[in-house]
Amino acid sequence: MKKSQRHNVLPGFGLTLGYTIFYLCLIVLIPLSALVFKTATMSWGDFVAAVTAPRVMASYRVTFGAALLAAAINAVFGVLVAWVLVRYRFPGKRLVDALVDLPFALPTAVAGITLASVYAPNGWIGKLLEPHGIKVAYTPLGILVAMVFIGLPFVVRTVQPVLEEMEAELEEAAACLGANRLQTFVRVLFPVMLPSILTGFALSFARAVGEYGSIIFIAGNMPMVSEITPLLIITKLEQYDYAGATAIASVMLLASFIMLFAVNLLQKWSRRFAG
Amino acid sequence: MNVAGVLTTKKELSSRNELTEPLLVRWLLIAAALVFLGLFLLVPLAAVFSQALEKGFEAYLAALKEPDALAAIRLTLITAAISVPLNLIFGVVSAWSIAKFDFPGRSFLITLIDLPFSVSPVISGLIYVLLFGLQGWLGPWLQAHDIKIIFAVPGIILATIFVTFPFVARELIPLMESQGKDEEEAARVLGASGLQTFWRVTLPNIRWGILYGVILCNARAMGEFGAVSVVSGHVRGSTNTIPLHVEILYNEYNYVAAFAVASLLGMLAIVTLVAKSFVEWRIRTVKGEE
Amino acid sequence: MSIEVRNITKSFGGFTALKDVSVNIPTGELIALLGPSGCGKTSLLRIIAGLETPDQGSIHFHGADTTGRDVRERKVGFVFQHYALFKHMTVFDNIAFGLQVRPRKTRPSKNIIADKVHELIRLVQLEGMADRYPSQLSGGQRQRVALARALAVEPQVLLLDEPFGALDARVRQELRRWLRRLHDELHITSVFVTHDQEEALEVADRVVIMNAGQVEQAGTPEDVYDHPATPFVYNFLGNVNLFHGRVDQGQAKMGAMELSTPELAAVPDRPAVGYVRPHDLELERTYSDSSSVEAAVRHIHAVGPIVRIELERGDTFETMEAELTKDAYQKLALLVGERIFVRPRKYRVFVDDYQI
Repeated sequence: MKKSQRHNVLPGFGLTLGYTIFYLCLIVLIPLSALVFKTATMSWGDFVAAVTAPRVMASYRVTFGAALLAAAINAVFGVLVAWVLVRYRFPGKRLVDALVDLPFALPTAVAGITLASVYAPNGWIGKLLEPHGIKVAYTPLGILVAMVFIGLPFVVRTVQPVLEEMEAELEEAAACLGANRLQTFVRVLFPVMLPSILTGFALSFARAVGEYGSIIFIAGNMPMVSEITPLLIITKLEQYDYAGATAIASVMLLASFIMLFAVNLLQKWSRRFAG
Repeated sequence: MNVAGVLTTKKELSSRNELTEPLLVRWLLIAAALVFLGLFLLVPLAAVFSQALEKGFEAYLAALKEPDALAAIRLTLITAAISVPLNLIFGVVSAWSIAKFDFPGRSFLITLIDLPFSVSPVISGLIYVLLFGLQGWLGPWLQAHDIKIIFAVPGIILATIFVTFPFVARELIPLMESQGKDEEEAARVLGASGLQTFWRVTLPNIRWGILYGVILCNARAMGEFGAVSVVSGHVRGSTNTIPLHVEILYNEYNYVAAFAVASLLGMLAIVTLVAKSFVEWRIRTVKGEE
Repeated sequence: MSIEVRNITKSFGGFTALKDVSVNIPTGELIALLGPSGCGKTSLLRIIAGLETPDQGSIHFHGADTTGRDVRERKVGFVFQHYALFKHMTVFDNIAFGLQVRPRKTRPSKNIIADKVHELIRLVQLEGMADRYPSQLSGGQRQRVALARALAVEPQVLLLDEPFGALDARVRQELRRWLRRLHDELHITSVFVTHDQEEALEVADRVVIMNAGQVEQAGTPEDVYDHPATPFVYNFLGNVNLFHGRVDQGQAKMGAMELSTPELAAVPDRPAVGYVRPHDLELERTYSDSSSVEAAVRHIHAVGPIVRIELERGDTFETMEAELTKDAYQKLALLVGERIFVRPRKYRVFVDDYQI
């Protein structure tokens, strides 16, 4: 070692950081920049035309709308599941806790075909909904179901540790001061949980927006109605419309960067009262 | 657990629950959570196996023994066998540089490493098409030298590496940060070389974290669909992984075969969840002992 | 309001935290629950507050049984060891919380709440900090916010769990005296838990000393310090010299030392331990009677107004410690290595029928 690294006696800083950056560039940054450069070769007019075509706009509406709704559903039920898992004891709790991660572990294609079959008119759940005139599979509702499925663990897993670490004294203090359970939840516990709920919401939303495998089997994929943006990118690719695919992809990428930024801000915000 | 133990937990429960919701509210909330999870998680998981065995065990086995299915299984195993070790090495190396050293841009680097998680799988495939495809930057050169990456196995492996890139690193960085570097410095002071320090001090401390990352990384590597779908040529028997094979069978209305092959991935998911729970339990007990 | 604790028993799993504990707390007093960690003092405090329910026994506030009453209705102010301030609320909102959550019928108007909160902020000397968040306050300031928050609901009883436990020594001293002054002003019946004997003796009107889930002794600070009722209290409060020996019909023999113990006249030949405070050891140049024992001076610590002298007994070679005033020390003109006579001026002998 030629120079002392900030008085650090541990070796290998240059080597490991160098390898990290090299591998990162090779696998992630250079390929991603290809997308940016490809987009840059388009004229502004072409770009705008490609990303605002009616069919593309419809796909944004379906994708972002359903993702927003799915993230909202996941926020509500995610808090419920996290609360139940942390606060209460019931038989099979550990099993349920492990099962929450299923959407991370089950490959999306499998999730897609099984959700499609379960919610199809003759499927286990579809059969029950059919008489009530509710069609899930092959409609935008199916997209929502798939998005709820794949985004489900995010809110649970971000809220759970916050609930676990919450001091029991906070609730006891509130009770001593005369607050009832609902007041304690709304005024004391919920504000503490809020940053993690929002983080989980954002992660769940971001995941749903980009999701492909679990959705296409159940969506029906009708242009203008139930066609999601990632599918549209693939359709363009199959038609050798590389420029069109790239343009739409860059819009999606921008959206995910904004989400990533939002999550980072949220995490900073959640630490503001720490200390 | 003996009888006294059962009584003990009951007792603790009653005293700990001085401040909780009424029993009815508690059970309603538990029921609501379980119904939600059952509807969205348990039912689909059960459906995979039920559909796979719909036509009996014979048909199930036949679908798995089919040459195209076997080829898909082989390709999936190869893909995971290449991408998981590469990302494991990257994970350990990057965690060492990021967790044990302080340098400007450190948190930005962590964000960059996490980047593949926030990119749609479809885009993850697309970028390699743009790079290596016929109309891509390197396309003409690759064609001239008769190297096929896109619509071939190398493309599948590259896309898989991309989508599983952060798994090991993101487990290890916070773990190694929380462990600090006291133990490594102590080892250095006692005269250990850099590699000795790593093998004998650092590695034993992070082995459960590594295993955790590898389990998640492997599950995604074997199950990735979107990214692989873009770069694969969908050629039966040669560029189809298990998930892609499932898709083809499903689109051909061969549901039993599709679910039979999918059940392999379903089992992988269950094994992953069990292994993950086990490792989490290990990490907790190790922490508890400290 | 008076508090009466009647025969409380409480166990957690197999561990019995409180065994048939009874304590009387008269209206307006400041009481310390003192004891080593795990002695059950915090459990008792939490049972008084209603945060735990006892297995047996009852709690009476002003003569009325409140055992089954919900914590929300008990009108107790509770100050938690780590304050349990609401981190996302300002100082103002923390203090106002108890008033804001009242049912609409009994909730004061916004203006009244604001006036009340500002009055409390003045009382705890945090003027100008109303808009700060707990993370922007020092430990002592947080403690005072916690106290103001507890006082805001006009509690009839104030309960404090290790109120100064998490503070550094200097702030602790300051806050201790301030709490005493505050209590003299407000006269709310108050109970605080501490493991620090100095704190308990300095602040409280009366001290309840607890050990292993039971009350060892209750009394004024002077009372418990000067007349410890049990060996535990002797050990726990202040320094003490131990003399091991036997007692037989009112006469204790510890090595060469013989002490008369008329209160143990009925005890036949049994092992016994004598307890003598360091300042109750008389050092003499000449042998006076059989309660004297010869000892060698090993060390002299003469820093400060009190001189501590470490002695080694000539008969058993056990170490003793004596405390002299500077005057007495100078009169004696002691030197290290000298041999002198040591005689307990005041002592207490207990039959050794238990292991510490």
